[in-house]
Amino acid sequence: MSNLATKRDVEPVLQMRGMVKAFPGVKAIDQVDFDLHNGEVHALLGENGAGKSTLMKVLYGMYSPDAGEILLDGQATKINSPSEAIAQGIGMIHQHFMLVPSLTVVENVALGMKSSRGYRLDLDDVAAKLEQLSHDYNLSVNVHAPIWQLAVGEQQRVEILRALYKGAAILILDEPTAVLTPGEVDDLFRVLRQMTAEGHGCIFISHKLHEVLAISQRITVLRDGRLVDTIETEGATRAQLAEMMVGRPVLQNYQFPPLNAGTPRLTLRGVNALNEREEPGLIDVSLEVHSGEIVGIAGVSGNGQRELAQVIAGLRPATSGTLEMEGTAIERLNPAEIKDLGLSYIPEERMEDGVITEFSVAENYMLRDYDSTKFSRNGVFLRFDAVDQACSEAIRDYEIKTPASSTKVKSLSGGNIQKLVLARELDRNPRVLLAAQPIRGVDIGATEYIHQRLLDEREKGTAILLISEDLDEIQLLSDRILVMYEGRIVGEMKREEVVLQQLGAWMAGATEEDPAPAFA
Amino acid sequence: MLEDIITASVFASTIRLATPYIFASLGEMFSQRSGVLNLGVDGVMLLGAFFGFYVVYITESLILGVIAALIIGALMGLATAFISVTLKAEQGISGIGIYLFGLGMSELLYKELVGTPRTVAGFPSVDLPILSDLPWLGEIFFQHNLLVYLAFALVPISYFILNYTTIGLQIRAVGQHPDAADAMGVSVTRIRYLTVTLGGTLSGLAGAALSIALLKVFQQNMTAGRGFIAVALVYFGGWRPYGVLGGAILFSFVNALQLQADVIGFELFGWQIPAEFSNLLPALITIIVLVFASKRKEKPTALTKPFERGE
Ligand SMILES: Nc1ncnc2c1ncn2[C@@H]1O[C@H](COP(=O)(O)OP(=O)(O)OP(=O)(O)O)[C@@H](O)[C@H]1O
Ligand SMILES: [Mg+2]
Repeated sequence: MSNLATKRDVEPVLQMRGMVKAFPGVKAIDQVDFDLHNGEVHALLGENGAGKSTLMKVLYGMYSPDAGEILLDGQATKINSPSEAIAQGIGMIHQHFMLVPSLTVVENVALGMKSSRGYRLDLDDVAAKLEQLSHDYNLSVNVHAPIWQLAVGEQQRVEILRALYKGAAILILDEPTAVLTPGEVDDLFRVLRQMTAEGHGCIFISHKLHEVLAISQRITVLRDGRLVDTIETEGATRAQLAEMMVGRPVLQNYQFPPLNAGTPRLTLRGVNALNEREEPGLIDVSLEVHSGEIVGIAGVSGNGQRELAQVIAGLRPATSGTLEMEGTAIERLNPAEIKDLGLSYIPEERMEDGVITEFSVAENYMLRDYDSTKFSRNGVFLRFDAVDQACSEAIRDYEIKTPASSTKVKSLSGGNIQKLVLARELDRNPRVLLAAQPIRGVDIGATEYIHQRLLDEREKGTAILLISEDLDEIQLLSDRILVMYEGRIVGEMKREEVVLQQLGAWMAGATEEDPAPAFA
Repeated sequence: MLEDIITASVFASTIRLATPYIFASLGEMFSQRSGVLNLGVDGVMLLGAFFGFYVVYITESLILGVIAALIIGALMGLATAFISVTLKAEQGISGIGIYLFGLGMSELLYKELVGTPRTVAGFPSVDLPILSDLPWLGEIFFQHNLLVYLAFALVPISYFILNYTTIGLQIRAVGQHPDAADAMGVSVTRIRYLTVTLGGTLSGLAGAALSIALLKVFQQNMTAGRGFIAVALVYFGGWRPYGVLGGAILFSFVNALQLQADVIGFELFGWQIPAEFSNLLPALITIIVLVFASKRKEKPTALTKPFERGE
């Protein structure tokens, strides 16, 4: 480890010059230059679809570039596959994790590595070294657990350990913080600082400007596949970065008209439900959302938010309690019936629950209402002209970056898939809107747009339940804030009365009656 | 009545009849664990059966017969891999193509090269010293030909390969999450070629086990669908070697009972059961078993899905 630090020199370890990569219908990156020094965190910024992931996949040998050269330690080199990248000391933590769920942590690390025992696996050796590494970097993992049992944060620790294990001198992190809680982000940053102190170079991608400003030494901004500029982090401001990314000033100051709440539109009373592991996931949850009101559900993810959303959308049965939409009991209804009552749902797992990746943008856009008169004649014959027109409008309004409405969703960038789901759910004029993590993985330009749309819906009288881990977002948009902890609602606050410390304490497990976490 | 049927010789033939199932299912298991469904097993078995038989018939060398079956199996495996891995063809359909090719080709070659029914000497039984003298057990387990012993030895070997070797880890990863395996520098293509070719090779051997060890003749379509049952056995066995072995023994037991029933007639509660019915038994069991075996932990999630690196 430490000999890396001594090798720190002026010449960058990595230089990418004039990189070009085109996909059918789109130049994902176009003449991009990028370099990295030992011991530095170099952040990569850009809107959804700007080409960040593509540039990194070229570096990691997953895509072959159409033009451009890559120099490692000043030597021109070709990286034709991930195994060549690994062999040259490049590690990558992908936007969507690359771990085999049915295998254990050690097995995932041993995968693709030479064994010290020839053809036989040396899992005990790997486990021992891994445990040493996890001790050195203070990254705790149970090395013998199968991946599917681990929470997202733990899975990411496995990814980092694996990259370190494979001797990565250069580590690429593609939106590593999108799925982490604030505490986990701090841990990640601590590890990154330790790594750079030892001489590793890190490339860090995130949409959260405060993270980029906190961890990086230099920042490169891409827009529409082109390099905008590379700047020193010191002295850079959020506003400046936002403008570089979007190409216009981003204001992010919304009008928040006074609350004009109407009748209750969504009512939950004493709702209980099981989670994936068949344990109680929701415990005695009661809440009410009125017309024209945004209720924010704050809390560290994994405390029942996902179950709450699924129960409301009819995707998970409530074991007891009642749910009503405008007086109609919905706990026995299926998702389609609830949808027809006027619920729109922006799911947290958009790749799994939000879109069909093999379908085109237009097909996904009409997925919810394919049988309505808007998109079909008599609910039977699809009106493709109407679908195409509505979809093209959505692509324009929401600035969804896609070559055409006939492009398959699987080739869209992560943030653009999110925009598509949002466009579909908002354009159907819902009575109740259930939005789970609506800006996860979404760039600031789109965040601004999405937030504005949520506020517009509020003005129109839609009842909105907003589930988010992002306290800033919750505070910005909510009329009322509820905090979830271990499946229960542990506290409630009105917009005017928000006390941040109190919210934080509730998120960490303090109850309303008992302000400090109990130590039994 | 029952004691006429359940005899040591029925168990002995259970073990013998399990041999082709074990070879073919283990091969298919490897290919499915890496994510490739090969429905052509039966056709490859027929080709292996014919070439094994024909070479023994011409040269009178059992070793050459086995080698011929292995080679034709490997070639068919390579062809399958080319179709489903390189050309990324729909696996269910291309497997049926391979099957029909093997069926037709073995028939054609048989008519052209042999014509009339012939028998060959085939593998003799080898009594294992001491063990074969054990009462009951000796007859059941230790008086068989070499291919039988080889088949049973392959079960723990496959278990070892799958769970304790680097290649086995790569096979499992490629079948579960090819993108992750690829990102870790494992060549998905290489692994799938390897397992599918191995699957073909073992199918060829399974055919030879039928024609030069078990029956010592070649007949048109002599596998009678055993290759398809071998595919079902992989599901039945939950993609694990010992599970596959259990399934193979269950089915060969049914086969052995059928043979016995054909000889002495099969009567249940005073009813004479028609032989045609007992022939349906394996098919019925297959269907019932598959209904229950559809959701298993080891099921390769990438089964039948060609791999593309997002380009
Ligand atoms: N495999 C692919 N096939 C076709 N087009 C692709 C593919 N991968 C990316 N693209 C396109 O290339 C462009 C850049 O995508 P990329 O994933 O690099 O964006 P990104 O900057 O990582 O965005 P995000 O912040 O949303 O993750 C997008 O327009 C995307 O639709
Ligand atoms: Mg990306």
